Amino acid sequence: MLSAPLLWLVVAYLGALAVLLVSAFWTVNSFTGQVVKQFTVANFRTILTEEVYRNVTLRSLGVAAAVTVICVVLAVPMAFYMAKVASPRSRKWLVIAILTPLWASYLVKAYAWRILLANGGPVDWLLGGPGNGPGYGLFAVILVLSYLWLPYMILPIYAGLERLPDSMLEASADLGARAGRTFRQIVLPILIPSVFAGSIFTFSLSLGDYITVQIVGGKNQLIGNLVYANIGAANNLPFAAAIATVPVVVMVIYLIAVRRSGALEEL
Amino acid sequence: MRHRFFLAALSAGVLVLAGCGGGDSGSTGSGPGGLSVPKIDKLASLGAGEGEVNIVSWAGYVEDGSTDKTVDWVSDFTKETGCKVNNKVAATSDEMVTLMKTGEYDVVSASGDASLRLIYGGDVAPVNTDLIANYKDVFDGLKNKQWNSVDSVAYGIPHGRGANLLMYRTDVVKEAPTSWGAVFDANSPYKGKITAYDSPIYIADAALYLMKTKPELNIKNPYALDDTQFKAATDLLTQQNELIGEYWSDYTKEVQAFKAGNSVLGTTWQIIANLAEADKAPVKAILPTEGATGWSDTWMISAKAKHPNCGYLWMNHIISPKANAAVAEWFGEAPANKLACAQTADKNFCTTFHADDEAYFQNVWYWTTPIARCLDGRTDVTCKDYSAWTQAWTTIKG
Repeated sequence: MLSAPLLWLVVAYLGALAVLLVSAFWTVNSFTGQVVKQFTVANFRTILTEEVYRNVTLRSLGVAAAVTVICVVLAVPMAFYMAKVASPRSRKWLVIAILTPLWASYLVKAYAWRILLANGGPVDWLLGGPGNGPGYGLFAVILVLSYLWLPYMILPIYAGLERLPDSMLEASADLGARAGRTFRQIVLPILIPSVFAGSIFTFSLSLGDYITVQIVGGKNQLIGNLVYANIGAANNLPFAAAIATVPVVVMVIYLIAVRRSGALEEL
Repeated sequence: MRHRFFLAALSAGVLVLAGCGGGDSGSTGSGPGGLSVPKIDKLASLGAGEGEVNIVSWAGYVEDGSTDKTVDWVSDFTKETGCKVNNKVAATSDEMVTLMKTGEYDVVSASGDASLRLIYGGDVAPVNTDLIANYKDVFDGLKNKQWNSVDSVAYGIPHGRGANLLMYRTDVVKEAPTSWGAVFDANSPYKGKITAYDSPIYIADAALYLMKTKPELNIKNPYALDDTQFKAATDLLTQQNELIGEYWSDYTKEVQAFKAGNSVLGTTWQIIANLAEADKAPVKAILPTEGATGWSDTWMISAKAKHPNCGYLWMNHIISPKANAAVAEWFGEAPANKLACAQTADKNFCTTFHADDEAYFQNVWYWTTPIARCLDGRTDVTCKDYSAWTQAWTTIKG
């Protein structure tokens, strides 16, 4: 009965989520690291009661939100220019220019930023000398993540705006609407779902990231680092699973909120 | 409709999972007081090689010339024994433990914070050292230690060792530090430029410092900490967090941080100091007066090894004077084989790395997995185990 894609969704995706959820209620033998398959809510109790997990969650949400906002601010004018101002010929090249950074490895780009932001590095130098730049830390994380995920914001907005016929803008002007009103009533209804669609990428990618933080984040840790530390350093898969449910819950809430805007149809 | 579908999917997943579980409940259930080693027989005699061997190792331990043409101690081994080497590099001790649990691998180069877990988990077998011809040349200071044996049964072949040192930029840190106090000083002028190793095992560094500076805590072994001692160590590290610029676990990252000056003071390994110096960074690495934590790696053989003969041949080969010298020089650690010192390209190598300097290593506390049964022999208290260390480490980093 189930079609192949649906079967894949159920087994590979929802199945994996179910496994994640169930294993979050297990625990490990503290010494040998073997998983003990007994039901316990201890993992969730730790996450909810220990202050550090709340702080890290809030920090991660803050970073994801900041990255999303920065990406929107940068992407809207760029996408608008690409879709409506640039000639069709240069439009093609602009799309390629946006896409090319995606060809380079994520790690290469993150390490490049590590060098750029180093003490006495190019960013320091531009700002007048060693120690003048932001250095490594949360700000650097937000900066680098914004850089990394910007294409994922530009493309859906560009796709949305491209579908808006120029004639509608002209009609609006012919009917006497000023630029502001045209933007509010013609562009915005197209733009908002696209922005939300893009924000799903930037928000979820930032929320789960742990590599950029390790490379330019100084001593900071985000949710992804906690998951990674518990899989890698601690070999505590159940606890890692419990932590991993936090971004899942956040994203489910976010998706439900975004669904109302019609953004999911834009993907 | 949609919700029912989702529920069905979820319960299907749970069923699959329940089906998978329940299989391996046999060998667990060892509590703090009753840790017992699963009984596994050691190999009685060496047979012919099986044609291949699957290895889990630290980066740089198994080199076949693909990283650097001149760095190769695998090709000779394959030529001599007919055992093809399949190597899997692991990044952390914990990854090694996880990989060895799969049963897909024959031998592993385990550090002391992994070896005991492997032994008690029944993942590795005792080693019949009579079958390892080169074992007799291993420094006595490395044989039958807490991290590679249980009740004087050897579970592995020592590979090499090193200490976690204190490194500083000589141009920035004017007053040469002699104590770990330099990285714990709340009024440090280098606030924001201090670095520390990013692992729960670093708690032992704080414990070691407290062992020497706060005798009233009565710490006898930095890996055996009761509640009060543990709290003192984590408090010290929480206070240190204010001073930290970044924590490091990737050694190339640390080299770059010291070169650029993002970090000017903190823990290091000898190889990092060497690389930074080669990169013209003005750094110096010392063993502070309190001593230091360190590592001593051990080649172990899987309890489920599919290629035990090739595994033994490998363990013998990797500590042979020539291979042991090559790997120690490549990685930057003290070799385990006495005769390796004559084989190094740099004739001062063994002196630089204090290979035969037992007095130097007397002050080094090798990484050991903290367990609930105190490693220092106390029976009236329980100690904090590694999972408690891990959770504390998360809290320290905030």
